[in-house]
Amino acid sequence: MSEIGERVKKIVVEHLGVEPEKVVDSASFIDDLGADSLDTVELVMAFEEEFGCEIPDDAAETILTVGDATKFLEKNAKS
Amino acid sequence: MRRVVVTGLGMLTPLGCGVDATWARILAGDSGGKKIDTFDVSDLPSQVACYIPRGDGTGGTFNPDQWMEPKDQRKVDDFIVYAMCAAKQALDDADWHPKSDEDQFATGTMIGSGIGGLTGIAETAVLLKERGPRRVSPFFIPGRLINLASGYVSIEHGLKGPNHAVVTACSTGAHAVGDAARLIALGDAEVMVAGGAESPISRIGIAGFCAARALSTGFNETPEKASRPYDKDRDGFVMGEGAGVLVLEEYEHAKRRGAKIYAEVTGYGLSGDAFHITSPPPDGNGGFRSMSMALKRAGLVASDLDYINAHGTSTQVGDEIELGAVERLLGNAASKVSMSSTKSATGHLLGAAGAIEAIFAILAIRDNVVPPTINLDNPSVQTAIDLVPHTSRKRDVNVALSNSFGFGGTNASVIVQRVTN
Repeated sequence: MSEIGERVKKIVVEHLGVEPEKVVDSASFIDDLGADSLDTVELVMAFEEEFGCEIPDDAAETILTVGDATKFLEKNAKS
Repeated sequence: MRRVVVTGLGMLTPLGCGVDATWARILAGDSGGKKIDTFDVSDLPSQVACYIPRGDGTGGTFNPDQWMEPKDQRKVDDFIVYAMCAAKQALDDADWHPKSDEDQFATGTMIGSGIGGLTGIAETAVLLKERGPRRVSPFFIPGRLINLASGYVSIEHGLKGPNHAVVTACSTGAHAVGDAARLIALGDAEVMVAGGAESPISRIGIAGFCAARALSTGFNETPEKASRPYDKDRDGFVMGEGAGVLVLEEYEHAKRRGAKIYAEVTGYGLSGDAFHITSPPPDGNGGFRSMSMALKRAGLVASDLDYINAHGTSTQVGDEIELGAVERLLGNAASKVSMSSTKSATGHLLGAAGAIEAIFAILAIRDNVVPPTINLDNPSVQTAIDLVPHTSRKRDVNVALSNSFGFGGTNASVIVQRVTN
């Protein structure tokens, strides 16, 4: 997993309180990791904070899995 | 009206996590007073508070992870975590874990708070100003709202009956117990999980109550002496934190399932002072009327009372006004009644106070013992009423009344009695 992927995973584990081994690229935040709609909003905020970038609402709507987040952040991360 | 009994108790107080842990230290005359060490108090006149003892969960300490998932704790202010802790204790104690639709629909929740998520509101206001609205968490609102204590508890335990929350400042806990008992008496629920929770020990909380001149300021180096109701040196209340929750249940429902019954809630009185936002009227007529109403509702007279758990916050004005109202209520019976303020030991838990103090009144009945008013070295007035100075005392207690009076001139009195068939 990429360095960004590792940081994404750490945030997801911390915020959703899930086992690290469940946080794989294909895992859906809502369907596989038990997040609700508010959790996903907070996750996106945590990604913005960690990676120093803004994730606009229309982009946030396309981030449904761990892999989606990693892919987006590999392109847009500023820190 | 249907009869309402108490079948479960839960508490988290500055004297410990759990009813037994707290009660043992109350009876031993311990104080929960500590120097504030969780934020800067160098510029605050009051520097003492009664903290919950945090630890690994053994020895009466509070380990929040045992009561709420860490990921959920992050989303809410502490008063909700405290409510989760006390509610689980109470439901376990009552052995009431509704699973069927019928049982879940018949079980409601009424856990209030005086202020709710003060700390989270203050921190988020700073965040908003410094970093803008995009940094405000989606959990900001649902983690601060007062009724979310009831909300989280109901979700955790599948309680689908009335879902309600009281907000009447320092009367909250007493109103929750009284109002929840009414819902059962009127048939809106068979079981209610009722009480209060509060987490006000923060810089903004202390600053606010200091500004209102409500807190003790003269005992910053001797925090265990700061809460001293009725003593001539008292100079304000000491902030506490925690939660108290009771399982209230319709009497026949409790008997049918063989539940342990602690006591019956027989009396409840409410009144308003319509006088001043923070001070009671000098004649204490609001408190007098709430106590009188509670007696009338219970079908009792003042001389039937054995124990009164006073509001007694350790403020200059309030303690003597309440005492005067109680003397007027009791008349010639004053010398047979014991009245103590357990706030001398716990500090003032604001919206949780009425709930933990109703529990103390119930335990006084269970154990035939009255808890002490600690630090009462020199009473500021003479009274025929036994104020139980310093040490607890064994005596018969069959009928107990608990008073709670709040900012806004809101008064509540709850009467609990030993159950008789």
